[in-house]
Amino acid sequence: MPRKADVKNKTMKSPETMSSLVWRRFRRHPGAMAGAIILAILILSVLLAGLSPFDPEISDIKNRFQPPSGNHLFGTDGLGRDVLVRILYGGRVSLSVGFLVVGISLAIGVPIGSAAGYFGGWVDNVLSKVIDATMSLPALMFMILLSAILREIDAPFLKSNSTLTISLVLGVLSWPTAARLVRAIFFTFREMEYVTAAKALGASNLRIIISEILPNGLGPIIVESTLGIGYAIMEESTLSFLGFGIMPPTPSWGNMLDKAQEHLSQYPWLAIFPGLMIFLAIISINFIGDGMRDALDPYKILAQIDE
Amino acid sequence: MTEHSDQFLLKIRGLKTYFYTEDGVVKAVDGVDFNVNRGEILGLVGESGCGKSVTALSIMQLIRKPGKIVEGKISFGSVNLRELPLEDIQEIRGNRISMIFQQPQTSLNPVITVGDQLAEVFEIHADLNNEEMREKSVELLRTVGIADPEQKALAYPHEMSGGQAQRVMIAMGLAMRPELLIADEPTTALDVTIQAQILDLMRDLRNELGTAVILITHDLGVIAEMADWVAVMYAGQIVEQAGVVPLFDKPLHPYTRGLINSIPVLGETKHRLADIDGVVPNLVDLPKGCNFAPRCKARKKYGLSICEEINPDLKEIMPNHSVRCWLYQDAEDHKAPLKP
Amino acid sequence: MTQDKAENQNGELVVVKDLVKYFPVRGGVLRKIVNWVQAVDGISFSIRKGETLGLVGESGCGKSTTGRTILHLLDPTSGTVVFNDQNVFELQRQEMKVLRRDMQIIFQDPYASLNPRRPIGESIKAGLNIHQVGTPTERTEMVLDILHKVGLEDYHYHRYPHEFSGGQRQRIGIARAIALKPKFIVCDEPVSALDVSIQSQVLNLLQDLQDEFGLTYLFIAHNLSVVEHISDRVAVMYLGKIIELASRDDLYSNPLHPYTKALMSAIPIPKPSLRRTRTILKGEVPSPLDPPSGCRFHPRCPIATEQCSVEEPEFVEVMKDHYVACLGVGPQNVRI
Repeated sequence: MPRKADVKNKTMKSPETMSSLVWRRFRRHPGAMAGAIILAILILSVLLAGLSPFDPEISDIKNRFQPPSGNHLFGTDGLGRDVLVRILYGGRVSLSVGFLVVGISLAIGVPIGSAAGYFGGWVDNVLSKVIDATMSLPALMFMILLSAILREIDAPFLKSNSTLTISLVLGVLSWPTAARLVRAIFFTFREMEYVTAAKALGASNLRIIISEILPNGLGPIIVESTLGIGYAIMEESTLSFLGFGIMPPTPSWGNMLDKAQEHLSQYPWLAIFPGLMIFLAIISINFIGDGMRDALDPYKILAQIDE
Repeated sequence: MTEHSDQFLLKIRGLKTYFYTEDGVVKAVDGVDFNVNRGEILGLVGESGCGKSVTALSIMQLIRKPGKIVEGKISFGSVNLRELPLEDIQEIRGNRISMIFQQPQTSLNPVITVGDQLAEVFEIHADLNNEEMREKSVELLRTVGIADPEQKALAYPHEMSGGQAQRVMIAMGLAMRPELLIADEPTTALDVTIQAQILDLMRDLRNELGTAVILITHDLGVIAEMADWVAVMYAGQIVEQAGVVPLFDKPLHPYTRGLINSIPVLGETKHRLADIDGVVPNLVDLPKGCNFAPRCKARKKYGLSICEEINPDLKEIMPNHSVRCWLYQDAEDHKAPLKP
Repeated sequence: MTQDKAENQNGELVVVKDLVKYFPVRGGVLRKIVNWVQAVDGISFSIRKGETLGLVGESGCGKSTTGRTILHLLDPTSGTVVFNDQNVFELQRQEMKVLRRDMQIIFQDPYASLNPRRPIGESIKAGLNIHQVGTPTERTEMVLDILHKVGLEDYHYHRYPHEFSGGQRQRIGIARAIALKPKFIVCDEPVSALDVSIQSQVLNLLQDLQDEFGLTYLFIAHNLSVVEHISDRVAVMYLGKIIELASRDDLYSNPLHPYTKALMSAIPIPKPSLRRTRTILKGEVPSPLDPPSGCRFHPRCPIATEQCSVEEPEFVEVMKDHYVACLGVGPQNVRI
């Protein structure tokens, strides 16, 4: 059904590039656009947190457990600190952990998954065993162990319980999910004829992996990554709860939520607002991922143009 | 309109089926008229997107959103299929009119045995007990040339080859001895030696049962071997129709001629094939005059300007031979350059 | 190598000898090899410089596998392919890369064979980049030049595959194949997915390019009429074997193998006034997992004798340049 495309060829003033096509399709996805706007507001306010008159770490015992009011929009906590400003500073930590963890797990998972899926055979056998073994590690124990070790050794950049350390711990544990996905993508795409065509032109394996196959698997990788960001934010809170995460007084959404549990029935705002933030961040990122996947799917783009 | 007989089984007049898409209205079928006689094989030929399959689905009343039959009359015997309530249409489908498709294996339900799927047709349309249904199914499988039909009735579709699956589809289509069978590219997915078997079977069954057939295909060879009467479609309209021999021996429309000359024929060596320039027009944004005008070499040769202004009618210019082309038609300020 | 040299003096660009390609079928929990698909089972032929050799057969006969194995896109099970004096299967990686400039492939489905995320100009340029032909600016110039050669325009360069019609995409596939100025192109069903009126455009284009660049084609197709039109010589395959090979005119006027005859009579001819007597073959093509003993065609063959189920016929030259593998066809019953 190529006729419409042909007429487009003749009538389109300037050629529409893939990125502008993707953007046009992304914009049509209402959830994704809402997600992008919410996330942009979140990031912007987190960055502008310093403009607030309140300090996130200095306590003000007179004003402890204040319910939300004009002065303290989200109320105050057990040490009288403003919840809103703590949420904003906590967002810096939580969002950084989310993005860093996904970055680290992609950095490890994509090369391993690509190699396993592309070469198959014994390469796949060995790498799949590594993937399965990592997945079968008891995650919680391993996280505790790893952060304990990192606390002991004085590695540069890896100050104990810093954002980077925690992201590294979580990233090392979460890459197998990415690797599995990428492996499955390569299993499908390595059979495509344009891969055979590239081979026939004399392209090297590395070239085929990077420039022929990976770009086509972008959609599912992005969706998986957005899920990973949410997952990492939650995991960080678990670690905080066990005393291995971000340590008070530095706020993170995770440790604020955990602290709030003690007074859930009396001072519900302490749990509601960080919880709402986690929820908003995760859902907006997931919607963005959804929209990106649809916008990036070449076959979907084709189907839309055809029918 | 061409009248090749007055014993019509199916009579279609002014059929228009449009699809309402984001990009605009796709005029998939845009004013189609034809007749099918009892026991006749009508070949509907054209390239992909010319509207031949949509025509078939329109007859079956199987057009779904965003598609819609906008205009026209589909007379089957004494009734207009467009005006019938759904229950009556369902009574006709599979009983008096049945249809077979290009991909036989995907048209069969993968989790039900072939015999049970055949029996289902009887369950819907006939009053038979289980034993009778089983017997009839096996008998049908034998009729369509399936070896060892008792065993094959117990097989699942994936256990059959493409050719066998198409035989089963034909058996289902013919189970109720319909008056009309619509076959949409029935052999396109099959190998040539298997295609020859299936075409042979369809011809025999037609001769035996007197079923009229609308045979939809892009393959002019299949048309030449099977059809009694041929309608050539282009961009949602019939551009030429005639009996099969005159159509191939003396094609009139430049598109028909182009098609016939552009295919390599076994045993005829030409150094070069004739080709038709350009591509099929966009059905959302059709040219103003004749749909074929932008690709037409004959129009340029005779310097006709009317082709870009007014779409000609399908006109019977010889007995039983009609064509939609200004080369053979007079109009105000326009004198046809050719006489057939 | 001396023998190869001798063959090349006959103007042979590709010499295929006893080529075998089996695919393993794995089953069970341990993914052990339980059987073999005998896709190509010992075929020998050669392709002369500048000619088009047609390879015709029904689905599953091994014709595409043959094309891809010749290009070493698949590893052979056994046999040799000599291309321009070089044994293709014995080359080092770097030597193979150099050789790839000389041999290219055009696919059946031009959409599947173009990367959907890459502007088509870049897809055509890929080979030039890989082999570092000229400067980047020169490469772009070359791509534009090739686009014109296949009947496309400058502005198509930045377009994506989904913006083209089937026929245009096949032109892009052809442009990519000729970009490196190869000597030899495997055309794997290049017109089967196209509409009739577009098919003739592409066939004519292939012929024009052959004349202009002196290309040699292996033209693989299931449609005997198309193969006959474009080929100088034609090889007919059935279940992994070549059963007949002859010049185009010989094969048409004097087909010897019963399968070739049946194939010809099965093809619908667009001439309704022509009444032919048809040989309609019984049954279907058997599975290449478990091909019949003796002559693989014997279960469907109208002239098979008991001998045919036991003895495998040799592929012999029964007339000059006319090879056939059939026990029922010897020099004694060839009509001339």
